[in-house]
Amino acid sequence: MCVPDLERKSLEYRKKILKYIKHASAGHTGGSLSCIDILNVLYNQILHVSPQNFSDNNRDRYIQSKGHSVEALYVVLADQGFFPESELETLCQYQSHFIGHPTRKVPGVEQNTGALGHGLALSVGTALAGKMDEADFKVFTLLGDGELAEGSNWEALLAASHYNLDNLVVILDYNKLQITGRNKDVMNVEPLLDKFKAFGLAVREMDGNDIASIKATLEDVPFESGKPNLVIAHTTKGKGVSFMEDSVKWHHGVPDDAQYQQAQEELDKKISALEKLESK
Amino acid sequence: MNSQINAETSKLKMGSPNLEVFSNTLQNLAAEDRNLVVVTSDSRGSGKLVPFGEKFPKQIVEVGIAEQNLVGIAAGLASTGKKVFAVSPACFLTARSFEQIKNDVAYSDNPVNLIGISAGVSYGALGTTHHSLHDFAALRAVNNITIVAPADNFETEMAIRFAAHSPQPFYIRFGKKNMPFISENKDFEIGKGRLVRNGKAAVIVATGETVYPALLAADHLEKTKGIRVAVVSMHTLKPLDTKLLTDLAGQFPVMLTVEEHMVNGGLGEACSGFLLQNGFAPKFKILGIPDEYTVTGSQLEIFDHYGISEKGIASEVLKMIDN
Repeated sequence: MCVPDLERKSLEYRKKILKYIKHASAGHTGGSLSCIDILNVLYNQILHVSPQNFSDNNRDRYIQSKGHSVEALYVVLADQGFFPESELETLCQYQSHFIGHPTRKVPGVEQNTGALGHGLALSVGTALAGKMDEADFKVFTLLGDGELAEGSNWEALLAASHYNLDNLVVILDYNKLQITGRNKDVMNVEPLLDKFKAFGLAVREMDGNDIASIKATLEDVPFESGKPNLVIAHTTKGKGVSFMEDSVKWHHGVPDDAQYQQAQEELDKKISALEKLESK
Repeated sequence: MNSQINAETSKLKMGSPNLEVFSNTLQNLAAEDRNLVVVTSDSRGSGKLVPFGEKFPKQIVEVGIAEQNLVGIAAGLASTGKKVFAVSPACFLTARSFEQIKNDVAYSDNPVNLIGISAGVSYGALGTTHHSLHDFAALRAVNNITIVAPADNFETEMAIRFAAHSPQPFYIRFGKKNMPFISENKDFEIGKGRLVRNGKAAVIVATGETVYPALLAADHLEKTKGIRVAVVSMHTLKPLDTKLLTDLAGQFPVMLTVEEHMVNGGLGEACSGFLLQNGFAPKFKILGIPDEYTVTGSQLEIFDHYGISEKGIASEVLKMIDN
């Protein structure tokens, strides 16, 4: 898929994320909008995974460690045909499989996540199995930045490097905000580049809200033979909706009717602008 | 009833440590199945897995001293179809990595076999940091995990073999002392307690390495008082053998449970909870480690201190019968 098509998809995904969060009156709005471009490129461009090959042990894996941004994942999985999108109308309702964190009861979800600091070790184990079996699949995981305060991540990075897991791709959704405020005020995680390099990882930085940048970076995996791949994706929390961007209050804020209307209109305008650009 | 199950306990054949049987069984299984993987947290020595590592270097994964990572990585491996045994001292495995067990193994249904070595007070003199007296209680409160404490070499081998082929998560814990074969009876099924000694006046339902002192106590009572006490090895704590418990409650007026675990939340409370809610009210006593700062010493000294010994159990049985 070409960059403009993916860009349009991202806008449509954003509209849907807001639609289902509004419908459920719950959700992690800011984080879902922050990581949606990454998920878009992963599922539409990079991952060898589909409803047809999901039981194939050689499929690529995507494990979402920052499980709370689940609305982004659900919207993309629906678009990939794992389940009818209409099922998302049950999000967070009594007995719905579509709960507020990824669960394997939803087709296409690899692991039950939600408690932070778990996805990376799961991904390391999965990638290790791939190495043991000399299989071709890759394992992608998405971490939040606030999540990096969990020590389990650093245990897992040690192991990833020790076992030379160049089939592992760790993507950090680095929007610099967490529920209490800015990472640097809550618990400073910097200097990240130095830390990750010191752990023996092959590190790249990208604009995690720019399709071309994401595509170019992820298509270049493995960055270095024998080293786990780590991508620092600089993102903006709440990306795409003016009043939600870089604002901690939208971590799990739900728009009221007027805000919802405004957000959808902003996104519609961006879609129209893209269409005009394409028709030129 | 199998007459051999009433063999005098002091004449029971002494076996190896359950730990050693575990290691040997795993090597036998690994030889047949390249998909079997052992994961250790700097614990291959204490897990008697050095020979395993030498014979099957491609089937062992070391994660260093990092139990959370041990369980997370084990879950990832298991998700690809590997038969995974994650081996670490029970104290760390079930406390440090409790959330990984709850979420990555049990909730995510990644069929890891968690092996808690040197369980209970096997590391008696090393103190509470190294005791696992909470593991039954903690894991009983987690959905989708089978909990097994084998009493002897036979039960250990059977449990390990069963777990290796099970699509569900297991927690199996044992100690490192030599254990006698508690019975000639070769019936074993996960979730089914084994009657290892017949009796009439009372029944002792024990688990893991307390089955042996329970048998010694039963012998002692028969020899000194002519009282015949039955003993059950309740190797599986979850799912609990409620059918057997129902039968026992119908037959015996007195029931004691014995476990190398805190009295809170373990075998005793599992049994009493079932019995009380199903209309049974035998005279009932839970023997285990009380809710206090645990004394230190050898495993046997700690057992003696808290009455999980031939004399201690026999004396409790007598009190219960007399009252």
